[in-house]
Amino acid sequence: MVSLCSFISYYWEEEKRMNYFPDEVLEHVFDFVTSSRDRNALSQVCKSWYRIESSSRQKVFIGNCYAISPERVIERFPALKSIALKGKPHFADFNLVPHEWGGFVYPWIEAFARNRVGLEELRLKRMVVSDDSLELLSRSFANFKSLVLVSCEGFTTDGLAAIAANCRCLRELDLQENEVEDHRGHWLSCFHDSHTSLVSLNFACLKGDINLGVLERLVARSPNLRSLRLNRAVPFDTLQKILMQSPNLVDLGVGSYVHDPDSETYDKLVTAIEKCKSVRSLSGFLDVAPHCLPAFHSICPNLTSLNLSYAPGIQGGELTKLIRHCRKLQRLWILDCIGDKGLEVVASTCKDLQELRVFPSDPYIGHAAVTEEGLVAISSGCPKLHSILYFCQQMTNAALITVAKNCPNFIRFRLCILDPTKPDAVTQQPLDEGFGAIVHSCRGLRRLSLTGLLTDQVFLYIGMYAEQLEMLSIAFAGDSDKGMQYVLNGCKRLRKLEIRDSPFGNGALLMDVGKYEAMRSLWMSSCEVTLGGCKTLAKKMPRLNVEIMNENEQTDFIFDDAQKVDKMYLYRTLAGQRKDAPDFVWTL
Amino acid sequence: MAFQRDGDLNLEATELRLGPPGTTEEPEKQTHPTTTAKCNKRSLPDMNEESAGSRTNNSNVSNEKKHDRTSPPTKAQVVGWPPIRSYRKNCLQAKKMEAEAAGSGIYVKVSMDGAPYLRKIDLKVYKDYPELLKALEDMFKFKVGEYSEREGYNGSEFAPTYEDKDGDWMLVGDVPWDMFMNSCKRLRIMKGSEARGLSCAV
Repeated sequence: MVSLCSFISYYWEEEKRMNYFPDEVLEHVFDFVTSSRDRNALSQVCKSWYRIESSSRQKVFIGNCYAISPERVIERFPALKSIALKGKPHFADFNLVPHEWGGFVYPWIEAFARNRVGLEELRLKRMVVSDDSLELLSRSFANFKSLVLVSCEGFTTDGLAAIAANCRCLRELDLQENEVEDHRGHWLSCFHDSHTSLVSLNFACLKGDINLGVLERLVARSPNLRSLRLNRAVPFDTLQKILMQSPNLVDLGVGSYVHDPDSETYDKLVTAIEKCKSVRSLSGFLDVAPHCLPAFHSICPNLTSLNLSYAPGIQGGELTKLIRHCRKLQRLWILDCIGDKGLEVVASTCKDLQELRVFPSDPYIGHAAVTEEGLVAISSGCPKLHSILYFCQQMTNAALITVAKNCPNFIRFRLCILDPTKPDAVTQQPLDEGFGAIVHSCRGLRRLSLTGLLTDQVFLYIGMYAEQLEMLSIAFAGDSDKGMQYVLNGCKRLRKLEIRDSPFGNGALLMDVGKYEAMRSLWMSSCEVTLGGCKTLAKKMPRLNVEIMNENEQTDFIFDDAQKVDKMYLYRTLAGQRKDAPDFVWTL
Repeated sequence: MAFQRDGDLNLEATELRLGPPGTTEEPEKQTHPTTTAKCNKRSLPDMNEESAGSRTNNSNVSNEKKHDRTSPPTKAQVVGWPPIRSYRKNCLQAKKMEAEAAGSGIYVKVSMDGAPYLRKIDLKVYKDYPELLKALEDMFKFKVGEYSEREGYNGSEFAPTYEDKDGDWMLVGDVPWDMFMNSCKRLRIMKGSEARGLSCAV
């Protein structure tokens, strides 16, 4: 798309000639361009394209809610209908960001409401969403259709009740991995009897009970329902009744799956499942009696997506039996109890596999049940693999080199060895060469996470070869400032850099301060940067917010420039210093 | 935090220590190496700290021993490690606690070839294979030999086996402990030629 724009702008050299096309025509052409990136590119061609594109864009993506004010977004995109916002930095997922840091959605909803934006879709990730926000949202936008909350917090089922009751056009309510305070089941009853437009409902992350009769009736009056993910409180026989009502489901998340295989209900379930010929995505099994899994074997051959990462009860023979039926799988999320042997089964069965995530089943023990062997097996059996997240016990350079050769198409490569500074398990060498092979071979790599014993050398390789890299996560790696400098110098497309517990200091931080305006954000925690270094940076770059987080309550901290900074988060912004920062966050 | 010597109790007078009477020794000094003398008695740095090089002292990397699947859980947990979403961590933790609370023990029968009667043991009592094998050895008065993945148990005419959920007889020790606990239905200590057959490399 970018090349198309350059072609057009080259061909029509003068702006006057651009106006040969009336605005409406250009607008119509732009309608076919949907991705944010492409539309951003369009808007940079010339002033009139900027004007037309901005006035017609309906779907906006804001990667950092503090990078711009809601008023400014509304001003630029008056036709706004759908917005995606991200709040906290990624490392907040791992409890590295203090609880009250920020990321509140309320000001956005309030601004949209005040300016009468015709909001229809809202997608939030890592934001704080209060019940008041949900209440305001539900009352302010008559055509509101879709709410997707990913890794958010701050709300209770009361907020969900408001959404259910007031959003009469709601088609989608998708709650993914949120921390929700559950005030027990009544929210589902708030959907009106006349509410028949539901297409997607995901409440798997809710911990509390659900009124099962209400759920069954809701499903029965939702003929367009295609995606349904249940929570643990929904038992097996309700599942059976629901499936009988919704044979057209495409995406199913099973709640509780514990029952007696000899019962009549089980036979009914088998019949119901056989009728669900459209199911392509299966997840859940939050409680499971694994010997009853064969009921699902009839839909396995159609599955393209399978997520068993919350089902530690499915192991060994039952797991591999299930997987052997899933020949069309493209996406698999699994726990490491599958083992290297189980991954070999995946490799020989799932030839279309594109994305694999292997999570540790017991993160507290510090031991994973897969090693480099599983990864190598997958790479040799699944040539279409482009995204991987792999938690493992150990890794070797030889394995990574083999993986790089087998799968040159990686876009995302995230490796996590549970012992973060573990060397090559066979040679005891650093894993520099292995990761070097990955970046050298995978020219399209956009996201990379590294672990293991790593020196500055690996960063030299990354700077040299990872030309498309946009996001890099570093933990316990490198020897000196040079490591970080190689990355900042070499990775021209870098947007997000997050570093913890690595010996990078002011020398690296201040090497190329202009670079940070071309990036979304930089996170550094437990590194060697000092307060003085951060202050220097903040002074040179007024359009960056340089936030320091210090929870130690040392009031004299702010005067000691030589003091190392515990956590620093900097990001480019047009909104200036934010006004909602808590006491322990200083913006320099 | 320095230990405050309280004058009231006069602990110094009754304290046992090395050195001639009348000298005072501050325990803190021992942790700072002097500029002239090299301290020979440095504690052995664990593998991680050595390889970490110039790490900041904010990170205490967990002291994990080398790849023994039966190694004890790490004592020092690093904040935010492993990098898993809290939501996921909490779910798995909750499930684990539930399983532990609900479980009244996993009792399995143990038979030994040639023994007149069977025994029963609770697998939950043991936290890894060495503990289980030692208990079996004590119970039946035998020795189990050296385990290796390639050859099974070498150096003994006995081989510990178990029946798994699929009904197959498996050699004890091949799969991770948790997986074994979940799939073991009964144990059988095989003896003699049958045992050797099982433990021979194919």
